[in-house]
Amino acid sequence: MEIFNARDVVKQFSNHLALDNVSITVPEGSIFGLLGPNGAGKTTLIRIINQITAPDSGTLLFKGKKLHPNDIYEIGYLPEERGLYRKMKVGEQALYLAQLKGLSKKNALKKLKYWFEKFEIQPWWDKKVEELSKGMQQKVQFIITILHEPKLLIFDEPFSGFDPINVKILKEEVLALQKKGATIIFSTHDMGSVEELCNHITLINRAKIILEGPIDEIRKTYATHEYEVVFDGEVNLLTATLSSRYKIIEHTKHNGQSIVRIKLMNDFSTNDLMKSLLSAGTLKSFNELVPKMNEIFINVVGEANSEDNKE
Amino acid sequence: MSKISIIIKREYLARVRKRSFIIMTLIAPLLLAAMFVVPVWIMTQEDTDLKKIAVIEEGTQIFNGIIPNTQYLKFEYLQNTSLDEIKNNFTDLGYYGILFISPKITYIPNAVQLISTKQPPLETTMHITNALEKEIERLKLETYNIKDLDQILKEIDTQIKLQTIKITEDGTEKETSTGIAMGIAYISGLLIYMLTFIFGAQVMRGVIEEKTSRIVEVIISSVKPFQLMMGKIIGIALVGLTQFFCWVIITFAILSVAQSILVPDMESIPQSPVPENIMSSSPVANTQPAEIQELSEVQQIFNNLGSQNWAVIIGSFIFFFLGGYLLYASLFAAIGSAVDNETDTQQFMMPITIPLLLALFVAMGAFQNPESSVAFWFSLIPLTSPVVMMARIPFGVPGWQIGISILLLILTFLGTTWMAAKIYRTGILLYGKKPTYKEMWKWLRYKI
Repeated sequence: MEIFNARDVVKQFSNHLALDNVSITVPEGSIFGLLGPNGAGKTTLIRIINQITAPDSGTLLFKGKKLHPNDIYEIGYLPEERGLYRKMKVGEQALYLAQLKGLSKKNALKKLKYWFEKFEIQPWWDKKVEELSKGMQQKVQFIITILHEPKLLIFDEPFSGFDPINVKILKEEVLALQKKGATIIFSTHDMGSVEELCNHITLINRAKIILEGPIDEIRKTYATHEYEVVFDGEVNLLTATLSSRYKIIEHTKHNGQSIVRIKLMNDFSTNDLMKSLLSAGTLKSFNELVPKMNEIFINVVGEANSEDNKE
Repeated sequence: MSKISIIIKREYLARVRKRSFIIMTLIAPLLLAAMFVVPVWIMTQEDTDLKKIAVIEEGTQIFNGIIPNTQYLKFEYLQNTSLDEIKNNFTDLGYYGILFISPKITYIPNAVQLISTKQPPLETTMHITNALEKEIERLKLETYNIKDLDQILKEIDTQIKLQTIKITEDGTEKETSTGIAMGIAYISGLLIYMLTFIFGAQVMRGVIEEKTSRIVEVIISSVKPFQLMMGKIIGIALVGLTQFFCWVIITFAILSVAQSILVPDMESIPQSPVPENIMSSSPVANTQPAEIQELSEVQQIFNNLGSQNWAVIIGSFIFFFLGGYLLYASLFAAIGSAVDNETDTQQFMMPITIPLLLALFVAMGAFQNPESSVAFWFSLIPLTSPVVMMARIPFGVPGWQIGISILLLILTFLGTTWMAAKIYRTGILLYGKKPTYKEMWKWLRYKI
């Protein structure tokens, strides 16, 4: 079941094409990573989902139905460039923005009280926003975004500007929201948190989607079949290499240990590899070198760009 | 509660609670009152020094004792003194100036000089010329040898004070005063001009604030940009009206206090002092009803203030303020949305400033001549009509003209708001480069 669908969305600005026949499918209950280099069209797509701008052409479906203006009550949006009224008091402001999202005053107060207590920020209620630090302001804004319990949450770089402790708290909060049934579209340049949180990703480059799918499948596709093996003491792996069933990419010695990066050849399984390694020395650890999202990102975008440039 | 009313409420409360709003609301009527009181006060302060003026006649003594002394002017008629003798040391002798009268005065009008180290005030020179003119006239009349001349002169001495009376359609008569009408026209025209600018600029600053603080993207993911813009414009309009009503109430309070101090026996004076007998009475001054003659200047002002049709003036003021404000506020909002900071607004302010300034200039002319064709046309053209029409209304304007003016104003307001909304919704999301007029023109045709 998908919560949001975009089909063949085109958005042209006066001097450039922001989205070129973009289609995305956001599975319900997933954390959906929306990735891409700067200026790729992510923000435009997010604004279209939020009905801030309309596409020139294309279909948008929310819960299987054509996107309706009232659907914004079920969507929560934390923009990358965020801010609050500086001169307005925190509590009043949160209440105001919650009411704009369709909550009644009473209901909004109740919910705000819960979240302010949970984040232990009740003393900020009567402070003006300008008196808060940037991180504090972002925390308030995070609460405002999720307060109306939207079905679909859109976070654009939600963790920037936070210290590691707060990042951890917020990540837990994001996962908790997912557990409660919310779907999260998560746009970021931080590939570490993509690996940590996302189930599904879409990579936009130059107004087009160049990669999409469940994150584990993508990582499998881009797997290099490389392993890192650590031995105690020195080892000689020359004979096994000669069999051309695997290839040693790198062999370093560090603190009396040998660290070897090995690439498996096609018909060789990890079990076979293990067997041949056991004879070489005392095995300390054996790990598959799963491709980092970072590398996939750089490779895929780089490839796409060089193809574009050829044309 | 609908979205737009939530926005209106926030915009309204955020401003009304500000200290600057409260101070401005209380102080403006005092400033306005000061505008009337200070000139009067200065006038009374000016001439408290006694000025001694030496009068020297060449050869004759025709004018000896002719110029009457006043509270602040004393004339000393020096005989056997020539001008040259005291010309250089009259200040040492305690004189403010020397009035030198040549005998040629009867046929050469400028054969009289007032020599002083300072520029003498108009009042002083008028006093002297009036007295001399009168005396020379008298002397000339005497040469005709008319019998009982003094008696005749006394009897024909007439003083007229023109009372202007406006008859409304239902036949009620009201004493009016051109001076008061001008005052009201001046204040209301200027006030509309100022309020449009002050509150229009508040709309613009509000939009810029939302844009630079980046809260705008959060808000327009909940409401339509048009709702946000209109909520802001209406909220600030209500702030303006609140302020205006406070001003009206405070001003009337000050006026009634001033009235009770300046004119304690106001109740005894008829509000519309046009008794039947004025119309039928002989033009001889002495037979006029005593009460009219005795009305002091101040009493007349208050009488006239009371006789103005305040309901029409305040009603049309509110309408034209709102109309003009709404028209310009949407343009101010469009400008605010197009720029990143207030310094960038200068270039785009021109199209707003020019018609408003023009309106003010035309309004200044309209105080003098409210029926002129310039005043007529500019009071119909929507960009200038609020200021100019308001300057004409206290003098009485035919209903159909007000009707056309209102209709055009409403139509134009709808047009500018529609246009501004299109610029606004594009502008608020764009940062960086200041757009050109050409780009803004393109925004008008964007699909959302």
